[in-house]
Amino acid sequence: MMTRNLVIVGGGPAGLACAISAYDAGEKDILILEREEELGGILNQCIHNGFGLHTFKEELTGPEYADRYIQQVVDRKIEYKLGATVIDVNNKKQVTYVSKQDGLVTIDAKAVVLSCGCRERPRGAINIAGMRGSGIFSAGTAQKLVNVQGLSVGKEVVILGSGDIGLIMARRMTFEGAKVKAVVELMPYSSGLNRNIVQCLNDFDIPLLFSHTVVQVHGQGRLTGVTIAKVDENLRPLMETAQFIECDTLLLSVGLLPENELAKNADVEISPVTGGGVVDDGMMTTTEGIFQCGNVLHVHDLVDFVSEESALAGQRAVQYIKQGAPDCEKIKIETKNGVRYCVPALLKKDGDFTSSLNFKMRVASVYKNVTLTVFADGVVVAKKKRPIVTPGEMESITFKQEQIKILKTASNVQVSLEGGEK
Amino acid sequence: MRELICISCPMGCHLKVEGDTLENIVVTGNGCIRGVIYAKNEITAPKRMVCGTVKIEGATQPVVSVKTKEPIPKEKIFDCLEQFNQTTIFAPVNVGDVAISNVCGTGVDVVVTKGLAKK
Ligand SMILES: Cc1cc2nc3c(=O)[nH]c(=O)nc-3n(C[C@H](O)[C@H](O)[C@H](O)COP(=O)(O)OP(=O)(O)OC[C@H]3O[C@@H](n4cnc5c(N)ncnc54)[C@H](O)[C@@H]3O)c2cc1C
Ligand code: SF4
Repeated sequence: MMTRNLVIVGGGPAGLACAISAYDAGEKDILILEREEELGGILNQCIHNGFGLHTFKEELTGPEYADRYIQQVVDRKIEYKLGATVIDVNNKKQVTYVSKQDGLVTIDAKAVVLSCGCRERPRGAINIAGMRGSGIFSAGTAQKLVNVQGLSVGKEVVILGSGDIGLIMARRMTFEGAKVKAVVELMPYSSGLNRNIVQCLNDFDIPLLFSHTVVQVHGQGRLTGVTIAKVDENLRPLMETAQFIECDTLLLSVGLLPENELAKNADVEISPVTGGGVVDDGMMTTTEGIFQCGNVLHVHDLVDFVSEESALAGQRAVQYIKQGAPDCEKIKIETKNGVRYCVPALLKKDGDFTSSLNFKMRVASVYKNVTLTVFADGVVVAKKKRPIVTPGEMESITFKQEQIKILKTASNVQVSLEGGEK
Repeated sequence: MRELICISCPMGCHLKVEGDTLENIVVTGNGCIRGVIYAKNEITAPKRMVCGTVKIEGATQPVVSVKTKEPIPKEKIFDCLEQFNQTTIFAPVNVGDVAISNVCGTGVDVVVTKGLAKK
């Protein structure tokens, strides 16, 4: 069996940043496995600007952002295989992939990083009455068809879901000469960034209908229209408000799900909230030697955070290869009062107070004038005042050394939203 | 009066803007001074980056992504896209190669955002 020190599954921004930092931390025996024919992941189809504001202080497009990392991988001569689909990872850190070139190969790894990203929620996951004719696409699929394959997907469009992919595609379809008749959002708020609502919808007078949903699709071959309706506070459609909109295309942008089949095979505990693995502050999952980072761990809206988190995973994976896992207790970080989840979910009581520590969180709803508060054994360790928090924007707290010491010796750690209007 | 949403920070303040020149603009509803600056730019000279694709021959994919190197006046967006549609370039290309120079007389070049090798 082939053996490798570090195997990275997925060559998107997460896998690339992880490989670079692992290499720089001294590990030279690295292999990236990527099922597509190029590195870069989802960024290859995100041709709009808005990436890298944080890391490079410029507004790059997705392919440009990816290119900066691909160059660094190439410069370091880190090995990668394209067209190599990983079909299994087990709890003994054995990774099996298939490729045209190599056939079926199993690698015995010292550490494995899963950075395989997200996939879009399939349309079967939402209930819409009607036949399933052509003209219904997930927004990400449409994005790939238009931006990479240069195809036209439709002329008159309705978009269900106002997350960033839906918003970006509303503008993109407009640019391609299509008429976007409406973006329909089930919730009373958008999970997308405000700047995208302004630049992608308002600029082109595209209506955004909150608290509405698509209740029926029409047409047997090609889509001929959709029926939309308002929903009540329990998100049930109010049929008396139903209206027909003629269109030949419906794009579904109803959320992303971490791609976690492989993690499950490797006995990784999956969080019911994020859909990603449960990791500790060293990005290790509940299976020893298997790490996660990027969208496979939890959905990120900014790729800069993906790169940052993944660089950490790379360093920690190298530390593990060299020293093994410390034999120590892990405590669960509790979330309450509107904090939906925190990554990491577990904190190691390993006595390491010098490595950096950062919590990333999402809230359950829109709250104003709240204080994101971290408690250790009931005592406040860190506070961050926020004029507004929304489910669409990830919150983050980075700790100082003295705070890390308190947190990593506590027996109970909680993250909570305090005060404000809820 | 015009209503704008400030996009300078996640607060997304709903701005009410009176006036239409740099001198007479009065902004209300802003949470901070950046809202006023945003409104002034937006009212007097709104600009946007334009990202899209142009046709490419000899590469593994039929189109390649491009962007305006700087933001261009908002009212030129669709003229600029029309230029994208009429342009064909040839592989190989590198990130930053100019695909269209001085697009629509804006003085701004359109550059390739993805390197593609010759097939
Ligand atoms: C439409 C859209 C718009 C966005 N807009 C912005 C924006 O404006 N600004 C911003 O900062 N961020 C934006 N993002 C977010 C950002 O692109 C993502 O957070 C980031 O790409 C996630 O990186 P990743 O490496 O975790 O996942 P991905 O980019 O999805 O990469 C995962 C990689 O793993 C590979 N893979 C999966 N399974 C396997 C397997 N079994 N074997 C081998 N390989 C596998 C995939 O092929 C893929 O290449 C946007 C995302 C989308 C979808
Ligand atoms: S006005 Fe100030 S506080 Fe309000 S959205 Fe703009 S930058 Fe943010």
